[in-house]
Order: sequence, then C-alpha cells, then structure tokens
Amino acid sequence: MSTYRISPLAIILTFGLAGAASAADDKNGLGARPGLGLPITNEDIKPWDITILPDGTNLPPGSGTANVGAKVFVDKGCNQCHGEGAKGGSNPALITDEKMTPGDIFSNKTIKNFWANATTLFDYIRRAMPWQAPRTLTDDEVYALTAYILAGNKLIEENVLIDAKSLPNVKMPNRENFIIRFPEKI
Amino acid sequence: MRNGNRRGGINSADIEQIGGNGLLHRRALLGKGLVFAGAASIGADATGAAAEPLKDAEWSTHQGKTIGPKGGLSKYEDLTVRVLSNPKGEPRTQHARTPHHLLNGTITPSHLHFTILHNGIPDIDPEQHKMVIHGMVKQPLMFTLDRLMRYPMVTRQTFVECGGNSALMFSNEPVQQTLQYLHGVCSNSEWTGVLLSTLLDEAGVDPRAKWMIVEGADTAALTRSVPLTKAWDDAIVVLYQNGQRLMAEQGYPMRLLLPGWEGNMNIKYVRRIMITDQPAMTYYEARNYSPLLPDLKAYKFYFVNEVKSFITHPSFGTALKEPGYYEISGIAYSGSGTIKRVMVSADGGKSWADAAVQGPAQDKAFTRFHLPWRWDGQPAVLTSRAIDDGGNIQPLRADFIKTRGQSPKPMTNPLAFGNNHYNSLTCWGVNTKGEIAHVYI
Ligand code: HEC
Repeated sequence: MSTYRISPLAIILTFGLAGAASAADDKNGLGARPGLGLPITNEDIKPWDITILPDGTNLPPGSGTANVGAKVFVDKGCNQCHGEGAKGGSNPALITDEKMTPGDIFSNKTIKNFWANATTLFDYIRRAMPWQAPRTLTDDEVYALTAYILAGNKLIEENVLIDAKSLPNVKMPNRENFIIRFPEKI
Repeated sequence: MRNGNRRGGINSADIEQIGGNGLLHRRALLGKGLVFAGAASIGADATGAAAEPLKDAEWSTHQGKTIGPKGGLSKYEDLTVRVLSNPKGEPRTQHARTPHHLLNGTITPSHLHFTILHNGIPDIDPEQHKMVIHGMVKQPLMFTLDRLMRYPMVTRQTFVECGGNSALMFSNEPVQQTLQYLHGVCSNSEWTGVLLSTLLDEAGVDPRAKWMIVEGADTAALTRSVPLTKAWDDAIVVLYQNGQRLMAEQGYPMRLLLPGWEGNMNIKYVRRIMITDQPAMTYYEARNYSPLLPDLKAYKFYFVNEVKSFITHPSFGTALKEPGYYEISGIAYSGSGTIKRVMVSADGGKSWADAAVQGPAQDKAFTRFHLPWRWDGQPAVLTSRAIDDGGNIQPLRADFIKTRGQSPKPMTNPLAFGNNHYNSLTCWGVNTKGEIAHVYI
C-alpha cells in the first residue's frame, strides 16, 4: 500500500478508529476501511473497457478503409441522420469544408475544423453510434467508418488503412489551437 | 452597528438610502420591528385598498381531503413548468430547465432540477447496476449499490451547472426571456453519497496516475476525463438527492458529483472509472465543452463554473404593480468556493450597495442574497455582482466579452447553446409602468 496514495479521510478512519475493527474481522488489514469492493479481473472488465486514449492506448485489433466505410455508412443507416455522403441532415455534417469565421464565437465546430484528435472519432462512433443501436458495430466497421470520414475530409489519403497504428498519427489541423483554461487543476 | 432604539427596533431615520434609485440598507432586513419616526411616514407606506371585515372562507368550514401516501403541492401550484427542448424524444439531446423566477430559498426541488440527457433516461435496475474502478490501480474493484450503501456517507449542498448555462447571455442583444431560459440549466441540491477518495483508496491508485475517465451506463455511454486532484479533493459517488434516492433523470441509482465543476462532467448512472495518466479527449471535451474564443482559439478543460449571481425577484416575467417597497433577492454561487459578498445596483451600476448574504453561505452552493428597495416609479436598472472567498469577482459584461466575445447577430432560438461558461452580470430594466426587460449595461 505504501506507494499508493491515501486520502486524508482514510488516514483518519484508519488511525482514529483502529481500535474498533477487531483483528479477527480484519484479515486484509483494512483497519476501519469498509473494503467492500469486489475484486474483478481486467478480463472481466473488457466488454466495458471501450475508452480510447489519444496516444492509441486501447485501440483494438482490426482495420478499415474509406471504401469499405462508405458502404457501412449506408448499410448501418448513418446517412439517415447525417445525410448522403455524410454532408449533413437532421444531424451534423461529418464531412464538410465549413470554416470557422474569425470573430464568430458561434462558428460551427466540425470534425475537420475543430477536433484535436482522430482517436476521438473511433471512440465516439463505437460508443454512441448509430444513435438508436450504439455498441453494435464491429471494430472493423468502426475503423472503416473512421477512415471514410477522415478521407472525406481530406485528412488522410483515400486508400490509407486505418488501424491501431495509423489512427493516433493522423494530424488534425486544429490541434494546436487549444488553451488549457485551468492548468493548476490538473 | 448603529441601533437607533433601545428596544432593539430600528429607527427609520437610520435606514438611509445607500444606493441610487432607492436601495435601502440591508440592516432594514434584520427582522426587528421598525419604529417609524413620524406618523407621516406610516401614511406614505400604506399602499393598496383598505381591508374589509373578515369572515370564514368556504375551505375553512368542512373536513379537508384525506391524506395519501404521497405528498403533493396545492392544485394552485403548477407542476408542469420546466421548459423542454425535445418533448417528443427525437434523436438528439433533451433538456429541461429550472424556473428560478418561480422559486425561492436555495434548494431546487428535485422534480424541478434541470436535466440534460444525450439519449433519454435509462431504466436502470438498481439490483443489477455495477460500477467498476480499474486502469492504473493495484486491484480493480466492482461495487454494487448494496455494497456502496454500507460505506460511510457524507452530505453536502452543491449546485450543478451545465457549461452551457447562460448561453443566451452571449447574444449581442439581450434576449427577452425568463430566468428559466437565461440561467435555467443550473440547480442546487443536498446530495448524500460516498466520497470517491474512499473507493479509490481501496483500489489503490498508482501514484503516476493523473486522470480518471468516467463513464455512464446510459445509452450514450457518456464519458468525460476528470483530473484526479478533484477526486481526492471533494468528489462524491452520490446516491441521494434532497434526502431521497436520486431522481431517474439525475443518474439513478448513482452518479458522480464534482462540486462546482462543469455539469457534463458529473457523470450520471456512473458505471466505470478508469484511472489513467492522460485525458481521453472524449467527444464532449473535444467539441461541445471547449468554448471558442474570438480569435478561433478555444479553451479546453474549462472545469470550473466561475462566480455568478442573478436577481430572481423581481425579474423578467414579473411586473411591479405599483411604486413602493420591494425586496430584491437572488442567487449567487461560485465553483471556486464560498460567496463572500454580493453587491446590488438599482441604477445600472452607477452606485452599488451590499446585499445581505443569507448564511451560512456554503462552499460551492447556491447562496441567497436580499436587499430592501423602495421603487419610486421611475426607470431603474437592477443588477447584482458577486465575490467569492477567493476574491474572484463577477466580471462586467464589457470586460467579459472583450476576451470571450459575443454572437455576431442576436440569438433568436431561446433554447440554443452557442458557447459556454458565461458568468457576467444579468440586468433588469424597470420602466415607469413597472414592466421588466432584460437589458445590458
Ligand atoms: C437516428 C439518428 C442518427 C443516426 C442513425 C446516426 N447518428 Fe451520429 N449523431 C446523431 C446525433 C443526434 C448526434 C449528436 C449527438 C450529441 O450532440 O450528443 C450525432 C453525432 C455524431 C458524430 C459527431 C459529429 C460532430 O461533429 O459532432 C459522429 C462522428 C457520428 N454521429 C457518426 C455516426 C455514424 C458513423 C453513424 C452510423 C454508424 C451515425 N452517426 C448514425 C444522430 C445519429
């Protein structure tokens, strides 16, 4: 435990009430801490472990290209909300050259003109799309959709294979334009 | 403190006007009897028609309704007051707002708490719900509700405010709407739950870790990156809201509470906390909650809801019926600490008077302020300005928009969120008829 961080409250509970926990009940040396969390293996967590980090951590095996993605986009009904060719419909355009206007703090933020990391695209599509049936796409389908949107926005060449290695290296044009508002809180 | 009378009353001669346009000293609110200096002032104070002889009303003369298992409001109080952005549940975000102009005190009734959900309210069976802590920990752990209920609990008040609250205030012309539209995605409750630090201790956090990526069990699997500093400071896994189990739309059976921080980060239906050394740049932090600046740079990690206040009484939608005495009252809060001082102006900021701050003011919680006011029937502009215990002061609008900008044309959709994290002043213009308009100064 020693190198692991302990909050002040836990210290108070452990030392202040140490006498309350009898040695017989305290096989794990928890002191007065409840210790009621059930140990679980990373293997058992896997089905929920869907977060992708910007450096590519957690990207699954698999791959896809824009060509395949264009077909998945129609097969899975993405076009019903995001429009034909992902140019926008009842929900935002995913492929668009729309620019932000200097001075206009209400400018439309698009994947191309605003997002800092391409990994966000994989994470979000896999987690939340299609809207009415999230987390039903295969990893290959998500890679292909990601490639389709990136290529449509000319952020990668048409035939680039998107996978765990190439995705974190896609350079997003706006990535240098962010200012951390409260660095001291991190 | 001056005290003009030995019986503890206050002599009206002492209650000097301390701000322009009829602001009275907050001392006049002390609750002790006013002793009027002369009969003339009584006549001057009396307003309205003379009283009539009293008689028993119809409802006082027969047995009342039978008490039922569930309490309820009077039928005269309309319950269906939250404005909805998407009442048919079309495939997009849904919002409901708190009608601050109709409420008082500091606690938002649970059923009037604002809520925003990105794919509807999930119907979670509390017996089946699980929450895991994993990633850079010594031992990944799973918690059931049953187990969490046995942990030591803490209770505190705090507000939850959407980063998009007050978005209409970015409009280059003041939008004529009630507080529900202007500042309605902010509410305040008493919350009870388990300190997150207790649970993290149990899992054993790797000292190299800096972030936690928190995720909900809702359909959108909504997820945000939160610095661990906040987890060790005052984050709570909340189980109760205002004494009862969380409302379904507030994250039942458990949610993360990050007192004072951007609403969207307070993950509802929390099911997973992944400890990491880097943020995930999830959809909502990568896009919606990175406010755009006029030079097209954008802030990221705008966690803190900064010091803010607004006058709720009187406010847009209520008219003053006649000149005379009114209490000005409103809400102040800060995501950085406790409200120390609130200043009120009735002349559009030319002069200011200190309002009475209703104590005890609590850390990162709604705090009510009051100030007596005698309206003389002439045009007035009411506004408030709050300061917290860290010395943070609400910026004036001119200063605020210099760095943060405003919309290029007037906002016409009162439900839109064009930008985030507005904390400048809200001003009410009163005309000679007593009508109230939303104005900028
Ligand atoms: C039923 C309508 C619907 C369908 C079908 C749908 N989406 Fe979406 N999509 C949405 C909505 C609504 C949002 C905005 C969500 C929010 O703001 O919380 C969105 C947002 C997105 C975004 C983020 C866009 C941005 O710039 O903010 C991406 C990427 C996306 N969807 C991809 C997809 C893909 C890929 C599919 C098909 C697998 C798909 N969507 C199918 C409704 C839909």
